[in-house]
Amino acid sequence: MNETTGGVEMDEEVSGVVKKFLYVNRKAPYGTIYALESLEVVLIAAAFDQDVSLVFMDDGVYQLAKGQHTKSINVKNFSPTYRALEGYDIEKLYVEKESMDARGLTAADLIVPVTMLSTAEMADLMESQDVVLSF
Amino acid sequence: MLHTVNKSPFERNSLERCLDYAKKGSAILLIEDGVYGALKGTAVTEKVKKAMKNVTIYALYPDIEARGMQDRAIDGIKLVDYSGFVDLVAEHRNVQSWV
Repeated sequence: MNETTGGVEMDEEVSGVVKKFLYVNRKAPYGTIYALESLEVVLIAAAFDQDVSLVFMDDGVYQLAKGQHTKSINVKNFSPTYRALEGYDIEKLYVEKESMDARGLTAADLIVPVTMLSTAEMADLMESQDVVLSF
Repeated sequence: MLHTVNKSPFERNSLERCLDYAKKGSAILLIEDGVYGALKGTAVTEKVKKAMKNVTIYALYPDIEARGMQDRAIDGIKLVDYSGFVDLVAEHRNVQSWV
């Protein structure tokens, strides 16, 4: 039985293809549903054993801020999920330095270890992907 | 007059336009993603501090706390809870929401 296809037989050549997926996160958490939806889709991709990278830029860097407490706004705090991504073999997390600087944030303010890239380096990373999904 | 801003200053110009319009003595309440405009050390901090000479700026604490920004509010910004939000609306003759 094939775990990733739920037992459905697939052509070896089709099921064996690993593509580079990049998820671009540009929205703050809670104000809109984008951040949470992105996380859901990322977890789905992880189940298909793809080469996944996550980028956080613009207000998306706020998704990774430490110390989120959402009890008073009656919304689920999904920030601990970013720490669980490692368990799904999603270990490539990138943040844009320019976005961090504009918001007075440093790597120490984030809940997970990340790689800090400049805008130009991010552009190269984006260029090298097979699939780019934007949230 | 009370102005409310619920969008991030890094994504929309709502806060900027609000600051253009808020007259001396009026109040501005930052809510939802608008609370990112209430923080120290950002690209908009200086603009907000300058506005605080003429207007009183409030921020909704539950929204600050949800986003993990509890230790970052600019000194002098008044933090309010939901009942404080209601009081502000009741105290002012009218409200402009910069949605």
